Amino acid sequence: MNLKNPKTLIPQAITVLSLVLVIAYFAYNAQVNMGNRGISFGYGFLGQEASFDIGFSLIDYDGSMSYARAFLVGLLNTLLVSAIGIFFATLIGVTVGIGRLSSNYLIAKTAEVYVEIFRNIPLLLQLFFWYYAALRALPLPENAINIFDISYLTVKGWYVPKFIWTNFLIFLSSIVASIVAIIFVAKYARKQREEIGKHVPVFSISFGILILFPLITFLIGGVTLNFEIPVLSQMTSTIFNFKGGVSIIPELISLALALSMYTATFIAENVRAGILGVTKGQKEAAASIGLTKGQVLKLVVMPQALRIIIPPTTNQYLNLTKNSSLAAAIAYPDIVLVFAGTALMQTGRAVEIISITMGTYLLISLSISTLMNWYNKSVAIKEK
Amino acid sequence: MNNLNILKPNKENLNTFILLGSFFIILSFLDILGSAFLEINITGFLPSGISYFSPLMIGFFGLHLIRIEYSGNRSLDKINKSLNSNNFNAILTLIIIFILIKYIPPMLNWFIFDADFAGSTKQDCTSGGACWVFVKVWIKRFMYGMYPDTEQWRINIAFLILFVSIGLIFLLPQKFKKYIIIYLLFIYPIIALNLISGGVFGLKWIETGAWGGLSLTLIVSAFALIFCFPVGMFLAMGRRSDLPAIKYCSIGFIELWRGVPLITVLFMSAVMFPMFLPDGTFMDKLMRVIIAITLFEAAYMAEVIRGGLQALPRGQYDAAKSLGMGYWRLHFLVILPQALKLVIPGIANTFLALVKDTPLIFVVGLLELAGMIGLAKTNPKWLGMAAEGYVFAGLVFWIICYAMSRYSQNLEKKLSTDR
Repeated sequence: MNLKNPKTLIPQAITVLSLVLVIAYFAYNAQVNMGNRGISFGYGFLGQEASFDIGFSLIDYDGSMSYARAFLVGLLNTLLVSAIGIFFATLIGVTVGIGRLSSNYLIAKTAEVYVEIFRNIPLLLQLFFWYYAALRALPLPENAINIFDISYLTVKGWYVPKFIWTNFLIFLSSIVASIVAIIFVAKYARKQREEIGKHVPVFSISFGILILFPLITFLIGGVTLNFEIPVLSQMTSTIFNFKGGVSIIPELISLALALSMYTATFIAENVRAGILGVTKGQKEAAASIGLTKGQVLKLVVMPQALRIIIPPTTNQYLNLTKNSSLAAAIAYPDIVLVFAGTALMQTGRAVEIISITMGTYLLISLSISTLMNWYNKSVAIKEK
Repeated sequence: MNNLNILKPNKENLNTFILLGSFFIILSFLDILGSAFLEINITGFLPSGISYFSPLMIGFFGLHLIRIEYSGNRSLDKINKSLNSNNFNAILTLIIIFILIKYIPPMLNWFIFDADFAGSTKQDCTSGGACWVFVKVWIKRFMYGMYPDTEQWRINIAFLILFVSIGLIFLLPQKFKKYIIIYLLFIYPIIALNLISGGVFGLKWIETGAWGGLSLTLIVSAFALIFCFPVGMFLAMGRRSDLPAIKYCSIGFIELWRGVPLITVLFMSAVMFPMFLPDGTFMDKLMRVIIAITLFEAAYMAEVIRGGLQALPRGQYDAAKSLGMGYWRLHFLVILPQALKLVIPGIANTFLALVKDTPLIFVVGLLELAGMIGLAKTNPKWLGMAAEGYVFAGLVFWIICYAMSRYSQNLEKKLSTDR
């Protein structure tokens, strides 16, 4: 392309120039406005004392800590609910997607009704329904729904046993070690298959490793695990509550429920499309060269179906993570509520705070999509 | 499994097996019906753990007895094929039927049979089901928000004109369609805006803060729909452009909006955007929200349209160029008409997502349907009505969205046969 050609140069120059002008105009106005209010642009406020409390936090936090710390709490809460949502959405989505293709009429119909109902109601309404209508109908702690005597469901949240580890780090490193070992086994198995055609049962070996390594740490590594089970205790003459264990707050439950049930419908459709996308001829060809049913599924159908399923499902994971920002509507302390809500209200630094919040989401989105693109490339058909 | 084969029917003893199997299936249904409605447990003599699963086990045994590959009896074969093809399917069938029996009647009772429809206060709801009186009393607020009662005809007329014009598109011959679409895109919005906000022709001025309810949902979605389409189109063309500056500006713009949640965009329009305007200028909140949603959805629209542009074979571009067409004529006369037709389902899905996103405008204090319900349920006279309100709103949105998705699916089918 010839850069000197005015036909290509002028439109570009106009675009860039107008963009620069608009940004400069906005920046100038922002400068003036902030000057009028006596605040100067800068991220120094992050180090100041936040002096507000957050109801639910994965790390130590209280009001005397900095805004940066509050931001971290919000970010972790966002990541927590997204991770839970992604896990359950995948679980439900894959089940429902396969269910829609079932030969059993009832199952196929139930799956279809599920998809049609939950896909066509705005996520926010579903969230409100779970939070304000469904979970508010749960009993008070004294009449809690008892789940096998170890966990209790109440209107104040879900109380589950707390894991008390000793030498947790050793346990964790054993898991890491077993994952590394499995990767080596898989590599070795592939090499064996490609070079001498020998089949190594990778799955059973990996399963064994995954059980064996952590087990050893329990036996000789000094790792122990105890449970602290929540117990009902009387606070005052009329107020009861559970003590001990871990309390999962209703906000988290309803958010995870709404996110996973809503996103699952889209994942289900992706899974269905993926499985339908593998032509019958592929299965028949695989069967005709003597592969068993399991092998057909594992070696022929799934690799091809995954290639169709993964890109749109990545998008759904991203959507779920972004939709977790609806947390602000039910006061789950995620990054939007904590940072773009409370912190903004206190400091009045709209530009800085909104830019940090948006930048964070942008970073999360870009990193998930990079990761998934990388994975997608590794499973794509390699044409020579 | 050989020993189980005596329990397998064959053609000779089929009738005995069907009789026996039906008996067990009916028994299992009686068991579950008894425990669901009459509080009788006919297997109560068994230990509680077994008794709980007894309908499942009895029914499973019954289904096992009637399972035969081919019986010649059409309805039996149909049942076996679609519900009872193997043990696993039989169990799943029973579980689903039992769940339906157990949970659907109470839901229906709450929803309609035990529900209250008459009356005008919360105290009129006595029967224990849903209190639809709540929706009845608040329906005007749910539909029109805080818009004055005496002026609501204006909203009705605006929507009536819209529906009539959309109806005309389908009724009138092809020739006139073009004009109606142009009218809908350029003239109608101005008419509707003036009609609803007033201030002209002696109509009372009604500030946007009073707008609300379902009509606001529709207004926001309609305006965002109209505007996001052209913006998205130009962004898509920009992203495919040969000019690097335009290309990278478009990519940056699209990825920026696609990477952040709508809620932060709305926050931005509410608290950050006023900082960017000269001191003292005021921009209407609703307008800011519509601009924010438009830009946000335009980024998604751009990606959908880009898909269509990429799907067109290169020959189309080359052929148009060889006729001496320039960039704009090439796109508007040759490429876009084909590309847009290819991605109509994707466009419909983006519109659907937009409609489902509109409730989010509550974060800036605009109360559309979901927001009005949030307001109504905190009214001291109507506490505890959250379930009714959200079920009602869910139903309204579901009808709108389901109709839209059905329409887009039909369109997809129609277009796929065309090609």
